[in-house]
Amino acid sequence: MDLLEYQGKQLFRDHGVPTPAGRPAQTVVEAVEAAEELGYPVVTKAQVLIGGRGKAGGIKVANDRDEARRHAEAILGMDIRGFTVHELYVEKGSRIAEEYYAAILIDRGAKAPMAMLSRMGGMDVEEIAERDPAAIARIHIDPLVGFQDFHGRRLAFEAGIAADVIRPTGALLARLYEAFVAEDAMLVEVNPLLVTEAREVVALDAKVTVDGNALYRHPRTAALRNPGADDEQEQMARERDLTYVKLDGNIGILGNGAGLVMSTLDVVAQAGGRPANFLDAGGGSRAEAIVDAVEVIVSDDRVDAVLFNIFGGITRCDEVANGLVTAFGQIDVTVPFVVRLDGTNDEEGRRVLGEAELPNVQVEKTMLEAAARVVELAGEGGGPSAQGGEPAR
Amino acid sequence: MSILIGSETKLVVCGLTGREGSFHGLSNRRYGTDLVAGVTPGKGGGDVDGVPIFDTVHEAVAETGANTSMVFVPARFAADSILEVADAGVELVVCITEGIPAHDMMRVYTHLRRGRTRLVGPNCPGVLSPGQANVGIIPAHFFSQGGVGLVSRSGTLTYQIGNELAGRGFGNSTIVGIGGDPIVGSSFIDVIALFEDDPDTKLIVMCGEIGGDEEERTADYVAEHVSKPVVAYIAGFTAPPGKTMGHAGAIVSGSSGTAQAKAEALEAQGVRVGRTPSEVAEVAAELSGAAA
Repeated sequence: MDLLEYQGKQLFRDHGVPTPAGRPAQTVVEAVEAAEELGYPVVTKAQVLIGGRGKAGGIKVANDRDEARRHAEAILGMDIRGFTVHELYVEKGSRIAEEYYAAILIDRGAKAPMAMLSRMGGMDVEEIAERDPAAIARIHIDPLVGFQDFHGRRLAFEAGIAADVIRPTGALLARLYEAFVAEDAMLVEVNPLLVTEAREVVALDAKVTVDGNALYRHPRTAALRNPGADDEQEQMARERDLTYVKLDGNIGILGNGAGLVMSTLDVVAQAGGRPANFLDAGGGSRAEAIVDAVEVIVSDDRVDAVLFNIFGGITRCDEVANGLVTAFGQIDVTVPFVVRLDGTNDEEGRRVLGEAELPNVQVEKTMLEAAARVVELAGEGGGPSAQGGEPAR
Repeated sequence: MSILIGSETKLVVCGLTGREGSFHGLSNRRYGTDLVAGVTPGKGGGDVDGVPIFDTVHEAVAETGANTSMVFVPARFAADSILEVADAGVELVVCITEGIPAHDMMRVYTHLRRGRTRLVGPNCPGVLSPGQANVGIIPAHFFSQGGVGLVSRSGTLTYQIGNELAGRGFGNSTIVGIGGDPIVGSSFIDVIALFEDDPDTKLIVMCGEIGGDEEERTADYVAEHVSKPVVAYIAGFTAPPGKTMGHAGAIVSGSSGTAQAKAEALEAQGVRVGRTPSEVAEVAAELSGAAA
C-alpha cells in the first residue's frame, strides 16, 4: 500500500525524522487557511500516488494569499496521469542549499534491508544510477542488529556529502530506519533530502510503501483510504477482495493462482490477442468468488471475449463450473466465454457446463486451444451476435 | 531418492487442529507421509484422527522424533511458529501460510541462515516426492515417480507444467514450491543445488516469474555449478511495470525484474526457456532424448 506524501511525512514525524511544517487540505478554503498559518512562501503540492507531479504542474510556490488561492484552485481536481487530485499538502517553503537522496528498502536479493544515500538528489534514482553509479552509496543492514551509527557514517562518507552535515544526516537515516521497521514499510524514500541554507537536514518529500500483510498491527495506517487511479473495475475488484490489474486489451482473463494467470496472459498475447486484465480468483475459487469475478470482468465494456482458465489442484473444476452457471444466472453476460477446465474433477466440471447449456460458452481442453479460440472470438468483435453460440460440450 | 522429503520424513504439523491444517495434514498422511504429531498450544494431549497433539514443538520432537515440520498457522503467528520449529532443532520447515509480513520474514530468514534449519516457503504449495511423501497442498494425483526435479515460485502453474510433463511420460523426483513472496527461505539456487546432487534427478525444470533477480542469479549459478540439463519457464511477459501480479513478489519495478530480462539471462547461460508450459515439456523431451 502506497501512502500519500503527507501521510508518509506524518509517519516520519512520529519517528523523529525532521520535515518542514505543513498541513493537508481538501478544499481551497482549507488550503488558504493553511498557507496563512504557515506564513509565506508556501508550496502547494498535489497529493497523488504517481510521480512527475512537478512537471505536470502539481507543485507550485506561492508568495501571498492570492497566489495561494489561485494555486489551490488550479491544482485541486487536476488530472495527473490518470489520477485526480483530491487533496493538497501546503508546506512551508524551504531555502535549499543542497539536495540529496536517501532511501531504505527491502532488498529481495539479499533478503535484508538496504539503505542508500546519494548527494545527487532531486532526480530519479535510476537516473542517478545511470549518470554516475558510484554516486549512490548502498549498505545492507542486519535486521537482527538494526541501524548503527557506523552505518550512517559509512553512507555519508561513501556518498561524499558535505562534511558539516555528516552527523545530522546519519542521525536522520537512523530515524528513517526506525520508521521503516516500526511501520512495516517496504520502502521509505526521501527525494530530495534537503540541506537548508541554515544547514539543517530535512525530508522534503516522502515516498512510503507499507506492507499490506502487516496492516493488522497498524490500525491507523490501515484506516487511511487512498484512492488509486480512477478505475471502475479496479475499485469493484477491491470491494470484492479480488486481485485484479487492468491491462489495455479487449480479452477478459480469469484464472486461479497468480502464476497460472500470468502464464495465461502470455499465452493469449502469443496467440495474437491483447488481455484486458489480470484476475486471480484465488486458490480456493469458491462459487461466490467466480460470480464476483465474472461481474467485474463483464462490467468492462472494452471486453469483447473472456477466457476462463482453471487448472484444478485444490480447486475442484466442478465447483468452478457451478460458480460459472450461477454467475450466468445472475449476470446478463453478452460477450462470448471460452472455458478451459483441467485437473481435479475436470470431466465432472465439463459435464456441469454441458448440461447447463449456457449460451455463448465454449469449452476447450488445453490452454493453447483455449487461447487461440478466445483470440479468434475477440477478433470477430465479440458481442452477442458473434459466432460463439455453440453450446458447451 | 528425492530431495528434502522422502520415506525417512517424520512430519509434525503446526496448526493440525485447524480446518485447513487437518484437511491437508491428513491428506498428506493418506498419501503415505509419516505424520507423527501436531502442535496446537493448549490442545496438548488430544489427537486429530489418531495423530497426537502437543502444546509445544519441543515436546512433539522429543516424543516422536519429528524431523520435518509443516506450518499451517495464521499469518500473524506464522513467523513465531517457524522460529519455534527451528529452536526445537527440526531440520526442515515447510511454511504454507500466506500473508506473513515481510519484516517478520527478514528476521526469520536471517536467524535461520545462522543455524541448521532449512525453510521452504512461506506462501508456497509445499514439497512432494512422488511415491514417498507429500508435505503441503500439492495435489499428488497428477504426479508420478521419475527423473524430473521441478522447482517453482507458483502453485497452479506448477501443476499445469507438471501435467504437461506427465503428458510426455515424465515423472518427478521431487516437486518444490519455493513460494511467491519477496522473502522466501529457499531460493531456486538452494533447490537446484540439491537436485544436482540427487542421483535420481536427471533433468531440472524451473518455473519462475517476474520480480526480483532470482532467475538471473540462478542462470549464472547453473552455468557454473550444474551439470544436469535445466529447462526454464518464466511467467509474466505481458505484465506492466509497477503492478503487483497477485504474488507479493511478482512486480516489475523500474527496468529490473521483467520476464524478458530473465529469459535472456537464462538463455545467455545456455538454459533453454520454454515460451509456453507445453513447450517446456517439449524441450524437456528433446533434452532427455525423447524418453523419460
